Amino acid sequence: MRITVKLFATFRAKRFDIESREYPDGTTVEQIVDELELPMEKLGIVMVNSRHVDLDREMNDGETLAIFPLVGGG
Amino acid sequence: MATLDSFLQEHAAGDLISWQHQLAAAERFALSLAEVEAAILAADLLPARYQRNRGMLSTQQQGQLFRSRVAVIGCGGLGGYVLEELARLGIGQIVAVDADVFEEHNLNRQLLSTPGTLGQAKVEAAVQRLAEINPAVVVKPVKDQFTRANGRDLLGGVDCVVDAVDSVAARLDLEAVCSALRIPLVHGAIAGWYGHVATVYPGEDTLQKLYRHWTGGKGIEQQLGNPSFTPAVVASLETAEVCKVLLGLGVPLRNRQLTLNLLDMEVVEVPL
Repeated sequence: MRITVKLFATFRAKRFDIESREYPDGTTVEQIVDELELPMEKLGIVMVNSRHVDLDREMNDGETLAIFPLVGGG
Repeated sequence: MATLDSFLQEHAAGDLISWQHQLAAAERFALSLAEVEAAILAADLLPARYQRNRGMLSTQQQGQLFRSRVAVIGCGGLGGYVLEELARLGIGQIVAVDADVFEEHNLNRQLLSTPGTLGQAKVEAAVQRLAEINPAVVVKPVKDQFTRANGRDLLGGVDCVVDAVDSVAARLDLEAVCSALRIPLVHGAIAGWYGHVATVYPGEDTLQKLYRHWTGGKGIEQQLGNPSFTPAVVASLETAEVCKVLLGLGVPLRNRQLTLNLLDMEVVEVPL
């Protein structure tokens, strides 16, 4: 299935801003996070088609996954 | 003997009272500058220092801001700018909460830090700075950390709270206490080139949604640090939200988060 992955802020470095990527059916958000080697402890907002999701959410063909790093400084 | 009201009417230029006459009134009637400012605004006059606000805020609205009480939790990067802007805006009562003293690594960005304030409590520096820029503002310094235990006391009588802390745990506590006390909360966070802002009304639990994947520890600010400009940008957006919340103006950032990327100059709105 094709998934559009959008990365934000520091997650773009050495990766990409936006890419259409191929994944096997049933791939979860967490598997994509792992595959992209994004640090799990620095995950901020994670959305599929503009809705906030848990990491065990299974992706469907044609969906857009957006991942922001955790920003917490003051 | 003239009353305060007749003194003010006599010395008004149009409907403006100059700082000089505000000072003179305080001395003559043995009142605090805050008491005189309250009387000026109650008489539908305007302290001249706010004359450039009046294209956007009426004298009644300026009076409402003066009668408002805002708590700023954290007086570092975000909090320093927020305090400065709230005082210049004319918020009458400000509670400044922070347990820390200034250290050298604060000097690159924290507005209230100078070589001369190193080692000084951040809330003490806040009191001094606000007394310099707007002596009619009453500032209550609290040299302590915000916790769920002291939160109720700290936020008593407060109309709006500004989240300017530097830990996710403290932010979640702050949201819970504000929600229980039915106080709107303006949230801002920064890391390097990046930041975000959101306004939370009681019961919306926006920060719980925003930090739902948080597992403990810091965000990317741990690696990136923070420069001079990101806190100023995010703090200014927070202050604009406070002004709107207090006066019921415009469209606040409710149930949405504005994310800022100053490196690529990208602003993205995230629904919450």
